[in-house]
Amino acid sequence: MGQWKQKTLTRKNWMAFTGLFLCFFLVIHLLGNLQLMLPDEKAHLQFNAYSHLLSGNIIIKIISWVLYASIIAHVIYAVIITLTNKRSREVKYHYDKRGEVSKWYTRNMGLLGTIIFIFLVIHFRDFWYVYKFGSLPLDEQGHKDLYKLVVAVYSETWYVLVYVLCMVALCYHLLHGFFSAARTLGVYHPRYVQWIRVFGWIYSVGICAGFAWIPVYVHFLK
Amino acid sequence: MHIRMKIWRQESGQDTGKMLDYELADVNPDMSFLEMLDMLNEQLLEQGQRAIEFDHDCREGICGQCGMMINGRAHGPLKNTTTCQLHMRSFRDGDTIYIEPFRATAFPVKCDLKIDRSAFDRVIQAGGYISVNTGQAPEANSIPIGHPVAEAAFDAAACIGCGACVAVCKNSSAVLFTSAKVTHLVLLPQGEVEAQERVRHMVDQMDAEGFGHCSNTEACEAECPQQISVLHIARMNWEYNKAQLLKK
Ligand code: HEM
Ligand code: SF4
Ligand code: FES
Repeated sequence: MGQWKQKTLTRKNWMAFTGLFLCFFLVIHLLGNLQLMLPDEKAHLQFNAYSHLLSGNIIIKIISWVLYASIIAHVIYAVIITLTNKRSREVKYHYDKRGEVSKWYTRNMGLLGTIIFIFLVIHFRDFWYVYKFGSLPLDEQGHKDLYKLVVAVYSETWYVLVYVLCMVALCYHLLHGFFSAARTLGVYHPRYVQWIRVFGWIYSVGICAGFAWIPVYVHFLK
Repeated sequence: MHIRMKIWRQESGQDTGKMLDYELADVNPDMSFLEMLDMLNEQLLEQGQRAIEFDHDCREGICGQCGMMINGRAHGPLKNTTTCQLHMRSFRDGDTIYIEPFRATAFPVKCDLKIDRSAFDRVIQAGGYISVNTGQAPEANSIPIGHPVAEAAFDAAACIGCGACVAVCKNSSAVLFTSAKVTHLVLLPQGEVEAQERVRHMVDQMDAEGFGHCSNTEACEAECPQQISVLHIARMNWEYNKAQLLKK
Protein backbone atom coordinates (compact mmCIF):
# COMPACT_ATOMS: atom_id res chain seq x y z
CA MET A 1 0.00 0.00 0.00
CA GLY A 2 1.40 3.37 -1.04
CA GLN A 3 2.40 5.93 1.58
CA TRP A 4 0.15 8.50 -0.06
CA LYS A 5 -2.92 6.46 0.67
CA GLN A 6 -4.78 7.76 3.70
CA LYS A 7 -5.69 5.37 6.48
CA THR A 8 -9.35 4.57 7.09
CA LEU A 9 -9.18 6.12 10.55
CA THR A 10 -7.60 9.33 9.22
CA ARG A 11 -10.35 9.73 6.65
CA LYS A 12 -12.96 9.26 9.33
CA ASN A 13 -11.23 11.94 11.42
CA TRP A 14 -11.64 14.43 8.61
CA MET A 15 -15.24 13.36 8.20
CA ALA A 16 -15.77 14.05 11.90
CA PHE A 17 -13.91 17.40 11.97
CA THR A 18 -15.74 18.76 8.95
CA GLY A 19 -19.07 17.35 10.18
CA LEU A 20 -18.63 18.91 13.62
CA PHE A 21 -17.70 22.25 12.10
CA LEU A 22 -20.90 22.11 10.09
CA CYS A 23 -22.77 21.30 13.30
CA PHE A 24 -21.24 24.39 14.92
CA PHE A 25 -22.13 26.51 11.92
CA LEU A 26 -25.75 25.36 12.03
CA VAL A 27 -26.08 26.90 15.52
CA ILE A 28 -24.92 30.34 14.33
CA HIS A 29 -27.04 30.09 11.21
CA LEU A 30 -30.15 29.21 13.23
CA LEU A 31 -29.59 32.08 15.68
CA GLY A 32 -29.39 34.46 12.73
CA ASN A 33 -32.55 33.07 11.14
CA LEU A 34 -34.51 33.36 14.36
CA GLN A 35 -34.55 37.12 13.78
CA LEU A 36 -37.13 36.41 11.07
CA MET A 37 -39.58 35.57 13.85
CA LEU A 38 -39.50 39.11 15.30
CA PRO A 39 -42.54 41.36 14.72
CA ASP A 40 -42.84 42.26 11.02
CA GLU A 41 -41.25 45.73 10.82
CA LYS A 42 -38.46 44.93 13.26
CA ALA A 43 -37.68 41.62 11.58
CA HIS A 44 -37.49 43.30 8.19
CA LEU A 45 -34.85 45.90 9.06
CA GLN A 46 -32.91 43.86 11.60
CA PHE A 47 -32.58 40.79 9.37
CA ASN A 48 -31.29 42.88 6.46
CA ALA A 49 -28.89 44.81 8.71
CA TYR A 50 -27.62 41.52 10.14
CA SER A 51 -27.06 40.07 6.66
CA HIS A 52 -25.22 43.22 5.67
CA LEU A 53 -23.06 43.04 8.79
CA LEU A 54 -22.07 39.45 8.01
CA SER A 55 -21.06 40.13 4.44
CA GLY A 56 -18.57 42.83 5.51
CA ASN A 57 -16.89 41.19 8.52
CA ILE A 58 -13.42 39.64 8.02
CA ILE A 59 -13.93 37.01 10.75
CA ILE A 60 -17.20 35.98 9.11
CA LYS A 61 -15.33 35.84 5.78
CA ILE A 62 -12.82 33.41 7.24
CA ILE A 63 -15.55 31.30 8.80
CA SER A 64 -17.40 31.21 5.50
CA TRP A 65 -14.30 29.97 3.66
CA VAL A 66 -13.83 27.25 6.27
CA LEU A 67 -17.51 26.46 5.78
CA TYR A 68 -17.21 26.05 2.00
CA ALA A 69 -14.08 23.93 2.46
CA SER A 70 -15.81 21.80 5.08
CA ILE A 71 -18.82 21.11 2.89
CA ILE A 72 -16.62 20.16 -0.06
CA ALA A 73 -14.25 18.02 2.02
CA HIS A 74 -17.13 16.32 3.85
CA VAL A 75 -18.78 15.38 0.56
CA ILE A 76 -15.52 14.23 -1.06
CA TYR A 77 -14.66 12.06 1.95
CA ALA A 78 -18.22 10.73 2.01
CA VAL A 79 -17.77 9.57 -1.58
CA ILE A 80 -14.31 8.05 -0.98
CA ILE A 81 -15.48 6.26 2.15
CA THR A 82 -18.62 4.93 0.49
CA LEU A 83 -16.66 3.61 -2.51
CA THR A 84 -14.06 1.88 -0.30
CA ASN A 85 -16.85 0.31 1.73
CA LYS A 86 -18.52 -0.99 -1.43
CA ARG A 87 -15.28 -2.69 -2.47
CA SER A 88 -14.93 -4.40 0.89
CA ARG A 89 -17.79 -6.79 0.07
CA GLU A 90 -17.86 -7.77 -3.59
CA VAL A 91 -20.32 -10.69 -3.32
CA LYS A 92 -23.55 -9.66 -1.60
CA TYR A 93 -25.72 -11.79 0.67
CA HIS A 94 -28.65 -13.50 -1.04
CA TYR A 95 -30.83 -13.21 2.00
CA ASP A 96 -30.04 -10.26 4.21
CA LYS A 97 -31.64 -9.46 7.56
CA ARG A 98 -28.69 -7.65 9.09
CA GLY A 99 -30.83 -4.54 9.33
CA GLU A 100 -32.46 -6.06 12.41
CA VAL A 101 -29.45 -5.27 14.58
CA SER A 102 -28.80 -1.61 13.76
CA LYS A 103 -30.81 1.56 13.23
CA TRP A 104 -31.77 2.42 9.65
CA TYR A 105 -30.40 5.94 9.73
CA THR A 106 -26.96 4.80 10.88
CA ARG A 107 -26.76 2.66 7.75
CA ASN A 108 -27.99 5.37 5.39
CA MET A 109 -25.82 8.37 6.18
CA GLY A 110 -24.86 8.61 2.50
CA LEU A 111 -28.49 8.75 1.38
CA LEU A 112 -29.40 11.30 4.06
CA GLY A 113 -26.29 13.28 3.14
CA THR A 114 -27.25 13.27 -0.53
CA ILE A 115 -30.67 14.73 0.35
CA ILE A 116 -28.91 17.40 2.40
CA PHE A 117 -26.53 18.07 -0.48
CA ILE A 118 -29.37 18.60 -2.95
CA PHE A 119 -31.01 20.86 -0.40
CA LEU A 120 -27.78 22.85 -0.06
CA VAL A 121 -27.57 23.37 -3.83
CA ILE A 122 -31.13 24.73 -3.92
CA HIS A 123 -30.52 26.79 -0.79
CA PHE A 124 -27.33 28.37 -2.13
CA ARG A 125 -28.98 29.12 -5.47
CA ASP A 126 -32.06 30.77 -3.98
CA PHE A 127 -30.46 32.85 -1.23
CA TRP A 128 -26.66 32.86 -1.19
CA TYR A 129 -26.24 33.36 -4.93
CA VAL A 130 -28.99 35.96 -5.23
CA TYR A 131 -27.63 37.90 -2.25
CA LYS A 132 -24.02 37.83 -3.44
CA PHE A 133 -24.36 38.11 -7.19
CA GLY A 134 -28.00 38.94 -7.98
CA SER A 135 -29.57 42.38 -7.94
CA LEU A 136 -31.74 42.80 -4.88
CA PRO A 137 -33.72 46.01 -4.19
CA LEU A 138 -32.55 48.03 -1.16
CA ASP A 139 -34.57 48.57 2.00
CA GLU A 140 -35.06 52.00 3.65
CA GLN A 141 -31.70 51.73 5.44
CA GLY A 142 -29.95 51.02 2.17
CA HIS A 143 -29.30 47.32 2.85
CA LYS A 144 -30.06 44.62 0.29
CA ASP A 145 -33.60 43.42 0.98
CA LEU A 146 -33.00 39.73 1.72
CA TYR A 147 -36.01 39.69 4.03
CA LYS A 148 -38.49 40.34 1.19
CA LEU A 149 -36.85 37.58 -0.84
CA VAL A 150 -37.17 35.11 2.05
CA VAL A 151 -40.83 35.91 2.60
CA ALA A 152 -41.52 35.62 -1.15
CA VAL A 153 -39.77 32.24 -1.44
CA TYR A 154 -41.46 30.81 1.65
CA SER A 155 -44.89 31.81 0.37
CA GLU A 156 -44.66 28.81 -2.01
CA THR A 157 -46.27 25.82 -0.32
CA TRP A 158 -44.23 23.16 -2.14
CA TYR A 159 -41.01 24.96 -1.19
CA VAL A 160 -41.90 24.93 2.51
CA LEU A 161 -42.83 21.27 2.25
CA VAL A 162 -39.52 20.30 0.64
CA TYR A 163 -37.67 22.43 3.18
CA VAL A 164 -39.32 20.69 6.13
CA LEU A 165 -38.67 17.22 4.67
CA CYS A 166 -35.00 18.09 4.17
CA MET A 167 -34.82 19.15 7.81
CA VAL A 168 -36.14 15.72 8.79
CA ALA A 169 -33.30 14.17 6.75
CA LEU A 170 -30.83 16.54 8.41
CA CYS A 171 -32.19 15.59 11.81
CA TYR A 172 -31.54 11.89 11.25
CA HIS A 173 -28.10 12.66 9.78
CA LEU A 174 -27.22 14.63 12.91
CA LEU A 175 -28.79 12.13 15.28
CA HIS A 176 -26.19 9.62 14.17
CA GLY A 177 -23.53 12.04 12.95
CA PHE A 178 -22.92 13.98 16.14
CA PHE A 179 -22.58 10.87 18.25
CA SER A 180 -20.56 9.06 15.58
CA ALA A 181 -18.10 11.93 15.29
CA ALA A 182 -17.39 11.77 19.02
CA ARG A 183 -16.71 8.05 18.71
CA THR A 184 -14.50 8.55 15.67
CA LEU A 185 -12.45 11.09 17.60
CA GLY A 186 -12.06 8.61 20.45
CA VAL A 187 -14.45 9.43 23.31
CA TYR A 188 -14.47 6.08 25.08
CA HIS A 189 -15.39 6.81 28.68
CA PRO A 190 -18.92 5.37 29.22
CA ARG A 191 -20.15 8.37 31.21
CA TYR A 192 -19.15 10.94 28.59
CA VAL A 193 -20.45 8.70 25.81
CA GLN A 194 -23.84 8.77 27.54
CA TRP A 195 -23.73 12.56 27.90
CA ILE A 196 -22.87 12.94 24.23
CA ARG A 197 -25.78 10.71 23.23
CA VAL A 198 -28.22 12.84 25.23
CA PHE A 199 -26.68 16.13 24.12
CA GLY A 200 -26.58 14.97 20.49
CA TRP A 201 -30.23 14.09 20.64
CA ILE A 202 -31.25 17.44 22.09
CA TYR A 203 -28.97 19.27 19.66
CA SER A 204 -30.25 17.45 16.55
CA VAL A 205 -33.93 17.77 17.36
CA GLY A 206 -33.53 21.35 18.58
CA ILE A 207 -31.62 22.55 15.52
CA CYS A 208 -33.82 20.84 12.97
CA ALA A 209 -37.10 21.77 14.65
CA GLY A 210 -35.88 25.37 14.78
CA PHE A 211 -34.92 25.44 11.08
CA ALA A 212 -38.13 23.70 10.02
CA TRP A 213 -40.35 26.01 12.10
CA ILE A 214 -39.14 29.23 10.46
CA PRO A 215 -40.44 28.69 6.89
CA VAL A 216 -43.71 27.31 8.26
CA TYR A 217 -44.12 30.40 10.42
CA VAL A 218 -43.20 32.76 7.60
CA HIS A 219 -45.51 30.94 5.19
CA PHE A 220 -48.59 31.19 7.36
CA LEU A 221 -48.04 34.35 9.38
CA LYS A 222 -46.15 36.79 7.13
CA MET B 1 -39.29 -31.09 12.53
CA HIS B 2 -39.22 -30.82 8.78
CA ILE B 3 -36.74 -28.25 7.52
CA ARG B 4 -36.15 -26.78 4.06
CA MET B 5 -32.83 -25.10 3.32
CA LYS B 6 -31.20 -22.96 0.68
CA ILE B 7 -27.47 -23.39 1.04
CA TRP B 8 -24.53 -21.73 -0.73
CA ARG B 9 -22.52 -24.32 -2.68
CA GLN B 10 -19.16 -23.44 -4.17
CA GLU B 11 -16.55 -26.00 -5.26
CA SER B 12 -13.51 -23.80 -4.75
CA GLY B 13 -12.28 -20.23 -4.58
CA GLN B 14 -12.36 -19.99 -8.38
CA ASP B 15 -15.91 -21.30 -8.74
CA THR B 16 -18.74 -18.74 -8.81
CA GLY B 17 -21.10 -20.75 -6.61
CA LYS B 18 -24.89 -20.71 -6.17
CA MET B 19 -27.71 -21.33 -3.71
CA LEU B 20 -29.11 -24.89 -3.81
CA ASP B 21 -32.25 -26.36 -2.20
CA TYR B 22 -32.14 -29.09 0.45
CA GLU B 23 -34.71 -30.79 2.63
CA LEU B 24 -34.37 -32.68 5.89
CA ALA B 25 -37.03 -34.63 7.81
CA ASP B 26 -37.15 -35.73 11.46
CA VAL B 27 -34.95 -32.97 12.82
CA ASN B 28 -34.85 -33.00 16.61
CA PRO B 29 -35.55 -29.51 18.02
CA ASP B 30 -32.83 -30.02 20.63
CA MET B 31 -30.14 -30.57 18.02
CA SER B 32 -27.61 -27.83 17.61
CA PHE B 33 -27.54 -26.17 14.20
CA LEU B 34 -24.26 -27.91 13.38
CA GLU B 35 -25.70 -31.32 14.32
CA MET B 36 -28.52 -30.63 11.91
CA LEU B 37 -25.93 -29.91 9.19
CA ASP B 38 -24.11 -33.15 10.13
CA MET B 39 -27.38 -35.01 9.65
CA LEU B 40 -27.90 -33.36 6.27
CA ASN B 41 -24.34 -34.30 5.25
CA GLU B 42 -24.95 -37.95 6.16
CA GLN B 43 -28.02 -37.91 3.99
CA LEU B 44 -26.02 -36.37 1.13
CA LEU B 45 -23.23 -38.93 1.46
CA GLU B 46 -25.74 -41.78 1.39
CA GLN B 47 -27.08 -40.33 -1.85
CA GLY B 48 -23.52 -40.18 -3.21
CA GLN B 49 -23.34 -36.38 -3.21
CA ARG B 50 -20.55 -34.12 -1.99
CA ALA B 51 -20.95 -33.12 1.66
CA ILE B 52 -21.43 -29.46 2.56
CA GLU B 53 -18.20 -28.07 3.97
CA PHE B 54 -18.36 -25.82 6.99
CA ASP B 55 -15.91 -24.78 9.71
CA HIS B 56 -16.27 -25.90 13.31
CA ASP B 57 -14.05 -27.07 16.09
CA CYS B 58 -15.00 -26.80 19.76
CA ARG B 59 -18.78 -26.83 19.41
CA GLU B 60 -19.00 -25.12 22.76
CA GLY B 61 -18.86 -21.48 21.74
CA ILE B 62 -15.20 -20.75 22.45
CA CYS B 63 -13.19 -21.28 19.27
CA GLY B 64 -14.99 -18.95 16.86
CA GLN B 65 -14.74 -21.32 13.89
CA CYS B 66 -18.40 -21.95 13.16
CA GLY B 67 -19.24 -18.63 11.49
CA MET B 68 -21.96 -18.59 8.82
CA MET B 69 -24.92 -16.43 7.82
CA ILE B 70 -28.21 -18.04 8.81
CA ASN B 71 -31.41 -16.39 7.57
CA GLY B 72 -29.48 -13.22 6.82
CA ARG B 73 -27.99 -12.86 10.30
CA ALA B 74 -24.47 -13.66 11.50
CA HIS B 75 -24.68 -16.92 13.49
CA GLY B 76 -28.45 -17.00 13.06
CA PRO B 77 -31.43 -15.29 14.65
CA LEU B 78 -30.14 -15.04 18.24
CA LYS B 79 -27.96 -12.14 19.29
CA ASN B 80 -24.53 -12.80 20.83
CA THR B 81 -24.51 -16.53 20.01
CA THR B 82 -22.23 -18.74 17.93
CA THR B 83 -23.72 -21.15 15.39
CA CYS B 84 -22.80 -24.19 17.50
CA GLN B 85 -24.78 -22.74 20.41
CA LEU B 86 -27.84 -22.18 18.23
CA HIS B 87 -30.46 -24.93 18.44
CA MET B 88 -33.15 -26.05 16.07
CA ARG B 89 -35.81 -25.02 18.60
CA SER B 90 -35.12 -21.46 17.47
CA PHE B 91 -36.79 -22.41 14.16
CA ARG B 92 -40.27 -23.65 13.33
CA ASP B 93 -41.42 -26.81 11.65
CA GLY B 94 -41.56 -26.26 7.88
CA ASP B 95 -39.23 -23.23 7.92
CA THR B 96 -36.99 -22.44 4.98
CA ILE B 97 -33.52 -21.53 6.24
CA TYR B 98 -31.00 -19.61 4.15
CA ILE B 99 -27.38 -20.54 4.87
CA GLU B 100 -24.47 -18.58 3.37
CA PRO B 101 -20.83 -18.05 4.19
CA PHE B 102 -19.66 -14.85 5.92
CA ARG B 103 -19.06 -12.38 3.13
CA ALA B 104 -16.21 -9.88 2.88
CA THR B 105 -13.58 -9.25 0.24
CA ALA B 106 -10.99 -9.89 2.95
CA PHE B 107 -12.59 -13.30 3.75
CA PRO B 108 -12.57 -15.20 0.43
CA VAL B 109 -14.78 -18.29 0.28
CA LYS B 110 -12.72 -21.49 0.08
CA CYS B 111 -15.51 -24.01 -0.30
CA ASP B 112 -19.27 -23.89 0.42
CA LEU B 113 -19.58 -22.23 3.86
CA LYS B 114 -15.86 -22.27 4.60
CA ILE B 115 -13.98 -18.97 4.39
CA ASP B 116 -10.35 -17.95 4.68
CA ARG B 117 -10.07 -15.82 7.82
CA SER B 118 -6.29 -15.51 7.77
CA ALA B 119 -6.64 -11.74 7.26
CA PHE B 120 -7.37 -11.65 11.01
CA ASP B 121 -4.17 -13.57 11.72
CA ARG B 122 -2.15 -11.03 9.74
CA VAL B 123 -3.76 -8.16 11.67
CA ILE B 124 -2.69 -9.85 14.91
CA GLN B 125 0.80 -10.55 13.53
CA ALA B 126 1.15 -6.85 12.75
CA GLY B 127 1.11 -5.90 16.43
CA GLY B 128 -1.23 -7.96 18.59
CA TYR B 129 1.54 -9.18 20.88
CA ILE B 130 4.14 -7.98 23.39
CA SER B 131 7.84 -8.34 22.66
CA VAL B 132 9.38 -10.05 25.67
CA ASN B 133 11.70 -13.00 25.96
CA THR B 134 9.75 -15.91 27.29
CA GLY B 135 11.45 -18.07 29.86
CA GLN B 136 10.41 -19.20 33.31
CA ALA B 137 6.83 -18.30 34.17
CA PRO B 138 7.23 -14.97 36.02
CA GLU B 139 6.00 -14.41 39.56
CA ALA B 140 2.32 -13.54 39.12
CA ASN B 141 2.35 -10.65 41.60
CA SER B 142 5.55 -8.94 40.49
CA ILE B 143 3.56 -6.44 38.41
CA PRO B 144 0.57 -5.26 40.43
CA ILE B 145 -2.55 -4.72 38.27
CA GLY B 146 -5.78 -3.48 39.82
CA HIS B 147 -8.74 -5.80 39.66
CA PRO B 148 -10.97 -3.49 37.53
CA VAL B 149 -8.14 -3.02 35.01
CA ALA B 150 -7.49 -6.76 34.82
CA GLU B 151 -11.21 -7.37 34.31
CA ALA B 152 -11.46 -4.70 31.58
CA ALA B 153 -8.44 -6.14 29.77
CA PHE B 154 -9.92 -9.60 30.06
CA ASP B 155 -13.26 -8.44 28.63
CA ALA B 156 -11.38 -7.20 25.55
CA ALA B 157 -9.27 -10.35 25.37
CA ALA B 158 -12.42 -12.48 25.20
CA CYS B 159 -12.70 -11.97 21.41
CA ILE B 160 -12.62 -15.37 19.72
CA GLY B 161 -11.87 -14.08 16.21
CA CYS B 162 -15.05 -15.49 14.72
CA GLY B 163 -15.51 -12.71 12.16
CA ALA B 164 -19.22 -12.11 12.87
CA CYS B 165 -18.48 -8.41 13.37
CA VAL B 166 -17.10 -8.19 9.82
CA ALA B 167 -19.92 -10.31 8.38
CA VAL B 168 -22.69 -8.21 9.88
CA CYS B 169 -21.06 -4.84 9.17
CA LYS B 170 -22.46 -3.04 6.13
CA ASN B 171 -18.87 -1.93 5.38
CA SER B 172 -17.16 -5.24 6.27
CA SER B 173 -15.14 -3.31 8.81
CA ALA B 174 -12.83 -5.17 11.18
CA VAL B 175 -12.55 -2.45 13.80
CA LEU B 176 -14.33 -4.35 16.58
CA PHE B 177 -11.89 -7.25 16.28
CA THR B 178 -8.82 -5.01 15.94
CA SER B 179 -9.87 -2.65 18.71
CA ALA B 180 -10.48 -5.53 21.11
CA LYS B 181 -6.83 -6.57 20.78
CA VAL B 182 -5.51 -3.00 20.88
CA THR B 183 -7.49 -2.26 24.06
CA HIS B 184 -6.66 -5.56 25.71
CA LEU B 185 -2.95 -4.84 25.45
CA VAL B 186 -2.93 -1.08 26.06
CA LEU B 187 -4.71 -1.52 29.39
CA LEU B 188 -1.88 -3.64 30.78
CA PRO B 189 1.58 -2.37 31.75
CA GLN B 190 3.25 -5.03 29.59
CA GLY B 191 1.32 -3.89 26.54
CA GLU B 192 1.61 -0.16 27.09
CA VAL B 193 5.28 -0.11 26.08
CA GLU B 194 4.54 -0.78 22.41
CA ALA B 195 1.10 0.84 22.37
CA GLN B 196 1.84 3.39 19.65
CA GLU B 197 3.53 1.15 17.11
CA ARG B 198 0.98 -1.55 17.79
CA VAL B 199 -2.09 0.49 16.98
CA ARG B 200 -0.51 2.03 13.88
CA HIS B 201 0.67 -1.28 12.47
CA MET B 202 -2.56 -3.11 13.21
CA VAL B 203 -4.67 -0.38 11.60
CA ASP B 204 -2.34 -0.33 8.57
CA GLN B 205 -2.72 -4.09 8.20
CA MET B 206 -6.48 -3.92 8.66
CA ASP B 207 -6.64 -1.41 5.79
CA ALA B 208 -4.25 -3.44 3.62
CA GLU B 209 -6.48 -6.50 3.97
CA GLY B 210 -9.35 -4.57 2.40
CA PHE B 211 -11.72 -4.19 5.35
CA GLY B 212 -13.99 -1.13 5.18
CA HIS B 213 -14.44 1.97 7.35
CA CYS B 214 -16.41 1.98 10.57
CA SER B 215 -19.74 3.85 10.35
CA ASN B 216 -20.52 3.27 14.03
CA THR B 217 -23.78 1.43 13.32
CA GLU B 218 -23.01 -0.87 16.28
CA ALA B 219 -24.37 -3.95 14.52
CA CYS B 220 -21.11 -5.72 15.42
CA GLU B 221 -21.67 -5.52 19.15
CA ALA B 222 -25.21 -6.86 18.77
CA GLU B 223 -23.98 -9.98 16.93
CA CYS B 224 -20.65 -10.55 18.69
CA PRO B 225 -20.82 -13.84 20.62
CA GLN B 226 -18.49 -12.38 23.23
CA GLN B 227 -20.37 -9.08 23.48
CA ILE B 228 -17.20 -7.12 22.85
CA SER B 229 -18.22 -3.51 23.49
CA VAL B 230 -18.13 -0.89 20.75
CA LEU B 231 -16.44 1.40 23.28
CA HIS B 232 -13.27 -0.52 22.41
CA ILE B 233 -13.55 1.03 18.96
CA ALA B 234 -13.58 4.49 20.53
CA ARG B 235 -10.57 3.48 22.61
CA MET B 236 -8.69 2.32 19.52
CA ASN B 237 -9.51 5.58 17.71
CA TRP B 238 -8.20 7.48 20.73
CA GLU B 239 -5.00 5.43 20.85
CA TYR B 240 -4.55 5.76 17.10
CA ASN B 241 -5.01 9.52 17.08
CA LYS B 242 -2.63 9.85 20.01
CA ALA B 243 -0.05 7.68 18.25
CA GLN B 244 -0.34 9.72 15.04
CA LEU B 245 0.09 13.01 16.91
CA LEU B 246 3.08 11.82 18.93
CA LYS B 247 4.74 9.97 16.04
CA LYS B 248 8.42 10.89 15.67
C1 HEM C 1 -25.23 20.50 7.27
C2 HEM C 1 -24.73 19.50 6.71
C3 HEM C 1 -24.04 18.32 7.35
C4 HEM C 1 -23.67 18.08 8.66
C5 HEM C 1 -23.85 19.00 9.86
C6 HEM C 1 -23.05 16.78 8.70
C7 HEM C 1 -22.53 16.19 9.83
C8 HEM C 1 -21.97 14.94 9.87
C9 HEM C 1 -21.32 14.36 11.00
C10 HEM C 1 -21.08 15.03 12.34
C11 HEM C 1 -20.94 13.09 10.65
C12 HEM C 1 -20.24 12.07 11.54
C13 HEM C 1 -18.82 11.82 11.18
C14 HEM C 1 -18.30 10.52 11.75
O1 HEM C 1 -18.98 9.50 11.66
O2 HEM C 1 -17.21 10.51 12.28
C15 HEM C 1 -21.35 12.88 9.31
C16 HEM C 1 -21.18 11.68 8.62
C17 HEM C 1 -21.50 11.51 7.30
N1 HEM C 1 -21.93 12.49 6.42
FE1 HEM C 1 -22.50 14.35 6.93
N2 HEM C 1 -23.06 16.24 7.44
C18 HEM C 1 -23.64 17.15 6.60
C19 HEM C 1 -23.81 17.02 5.23
C20 HEM C 1 -23.48 15.90 4.49
C21 HEM C 1 -23.56 15.80 3.07
C22 HEM C 1 -23.99 16.92 2.13
C23 HEM C 1 -23.17 14.52 2.75
C24 HEM C 1 -23.04 13.80 1.42
C25 HEM C 1 -23.31 14.14 0.27
C26 HEM C 1 -22.86 13.83 3.96
C27 HEM C 1 -22.47 12.52 4.04
C28 HEM C 1 -22.08 11.89 5.18
C29 HEM C 1 -21.77 10.48 5.28
C30 HEM C 1 -21.80 9.45 4.15
C31 HEM C 1 -21.42 10.26 6.62
C32 HEM C 1 -21.09 8.92 7.24
C33 HEM C 1 -19.68 8.50 7.12
C34 HEM C 1 -19.55 7.11 7.66
O3 HEM C 1 -20.35 6.23 7.34
O4 HEM C 1 -18.66 6.88 8.43
N3 HEM C 1 -23.04 14.69 5.02
N4 HEM C 1 -21.97 14.01 8.83
S1 SF4 D 1 -15.09 -8.94 18.17
FE1 SF4 D 1 -16.73 -10.44 18.58
S2 SF4 D 1 -17.68 -10.79 16.57
FE2 SF4 D 1 -15.69 -9.84 16.18
S3 SF4 D 1 -14.24 -11.52 15.89
FE3 SF4 D 1 -14.16 -11.00 18.08
S4 SF4 D 1 -15.66 -12.35 19.05
FE4 SF4 D 1 -16.12 -12.41 16.85
S1 FES E 1 -17.49 -24.50 16.93
FE1 FES E 1 -16.20 -23.40 18.32
S2 FES E 1 -17.37 -21.60 18.65
FE2 FES E 1 -18.74 -22.80 17.45
